[in-house]
Amino acid sequence: MRLYGVVAAGGFRRYTTYRVATAAGVFTNTVFGVIVAYTYIALWNERPHLGGYDQSQALTYVWISQAMLMTVSLFGGGFADEFVERIRTGDIAIDLYRPADLQLWWLSADLGRALFHFLGRGIVPLAFGALVFDLALPANPLTWLAFLVAVLFGVVVSFALRFLVALSAFWLLDGAGVTSLVSIAGMFFSGMLLPLTAFPGLLGEVARVLPWSSLLQIPADVLMGRHQGWGLLGAYGFQLGWATVLLGAGRLLQSAAVRRVVVQGG
Amino acid sequence: MGGFAAYRLVAAMWIRSTLAYRASFLMMLTGNFLVTAFDFVVIALMFSQVRSLGGYSFAEVAFLYGTSTTAFGFANAVMGSIDKLGARVRDGTLDTLLVRPAPVLAQVAADRFGMQRLGRLLQGVLVLAGSLVALDLHWTVLKVLLVPVMLLSGSAIFAAVFVAGAAFQFRAQDAAEVQNAFTYGGQTLLQYPPTVFAKDMVWSATFVLPLAFVNWLPALYVLGRPYPLDLPGWLALTPPLVAAGCLALSGLAWRAGIRSYRSTGS
Repeated sequence: MRLYGVVAAGGFRRYTTYRVATAAGVFTNTVFGVIVAYTYIALWNERPHLGGYDQSQALTYVWISQAMLMTVSLFGGGFADEFVERIRTGDIAIDLYRPADLQLWWLSADLGRALFHFLGRGIVPLAFGALVFDLALPANPLTWLAFLVAVLFGVVVSFALRFLVALSAFWLLDGAGVTSLVSIAGMFFSGMLLPLTAFPGLLGEVARVLPWSSLLQIPADVLMGRHQGWGLLGAYGFQLGWATVLLGAGRLLQSAAVRRVVVQGG
Repeated sequence: MGGFAAYRLVAAMWIRSTLAYRASFLMMLTGNFLVTAFDFVVIALMFSQVRSLGGYSFAEVAFLYGTSTTAFGFANAVMGSIDKLGARVRDGTLDTLLVRPAPVLAQVAADRFGMQRLGRLLQGVLVLAGSLVALDLHWTVLKVLLVPVMLLSGSAIFAAVFVAGAAFQFRAQDAAEVQNAFTYGGQTLLQYPPTVFAKDMVWSATFVLPLAFVNWLPALYVLGRPYPLDLPGWLALTPPLVAAGCLALSGLAWRAGIRSYRSTGS
């Protein structure tokens, strides 16, 4: 357990060296937040209470999504790029003879990364949004705590998805194509582009039960107090359910991949 | 060797290299097509809930979307690799380009040229064509001519933004992401009618970073809509001049950047 703590701390520390890049990212998240916020204002002016949100809730959603973008790696990436590269170059062989579990190792590193991005790229855009726009942020610290838990579960589901996708590189060698396809699906079905509650009809119902809704929609709704009491437990259960299924699938695929590993190059 | 010849040579090499992993290439092409397609799907989803956005109909927004995406898609396909300049400065690989007898700008722009980038361009052209069919406009010769002029000058303005962003990376190597705020952010801004945004944002996009000349000013003339700032109508015809000015300025910035370049020595 201590080992994975060290790996997570390493994952965190590694990103702290990219200070300028983090500031640049905060700037970009903020610019996008402003653009999207105005389009949502126009949309909610036409259709108040779309998706069950009032306008300030819709704006809150915008700024939470900018804050969460890097934390839950909605564009993919994070550990996955490196993992795929290691499979391609054959360095993965080194990971395989380490006395540590492959999946847990990368999960720990990714949790460290997520924590850094939450602090480094999450808080400032959200604070900017709260200063400039009229947001519906909760006053109750317990709601914030519940949100943090939902974010953590969201990161785990996101990791489990990216791990599964990255493993495909064992068969395809170049994983870039699959990775980009899945990250696009993730962007759409996470609710990054439009809250899933505002998706019409069947599309909305499908989108809300897919694993990606754990990444952004659920944490955002938890922060806005839309899941409380048993509802909150239900939301957590949904996230943990997907996490279990996806991590399990990753485990199966991992053992299949390891059995057929052919180290490239050398 | 001239700039164009160098560009063609480097780009051709990368095309052959991407085709080596054919399955991955096809997925990346599809991915690139889809990532922008989802942008448009979101606009379509918005219009499944409302009849107008900022006072503009679906066909009108599609026209703005099509012109913005086509212009950006072209600039991105040709110049998109240039945003990796900071990484090249950092790891010292820029040096190898400097000693080759070909313009550095052409080499950097063509580096990692990927045909999958044509996916975005194709998607922009399709939406633009669709909007032209759907729009019920009174076409004049001037309006018909203005559409291709707008696309070409718009591409040139976006290309200038790419070059200026790269020039900035000579100084701030890790700040590559700032560029995304102006390139991808600019494209997103221009997909929506200017009436959606605050007056000072429209003002900045007109007079500070003249993205409004990519499509807002000429497109609103074509659509027969007034521009939200009280500006003379003939400004709609000036995109080529603005594009030339932007290219000249970004060229100067690039020269200043490359002159200030000091190799890391690694």
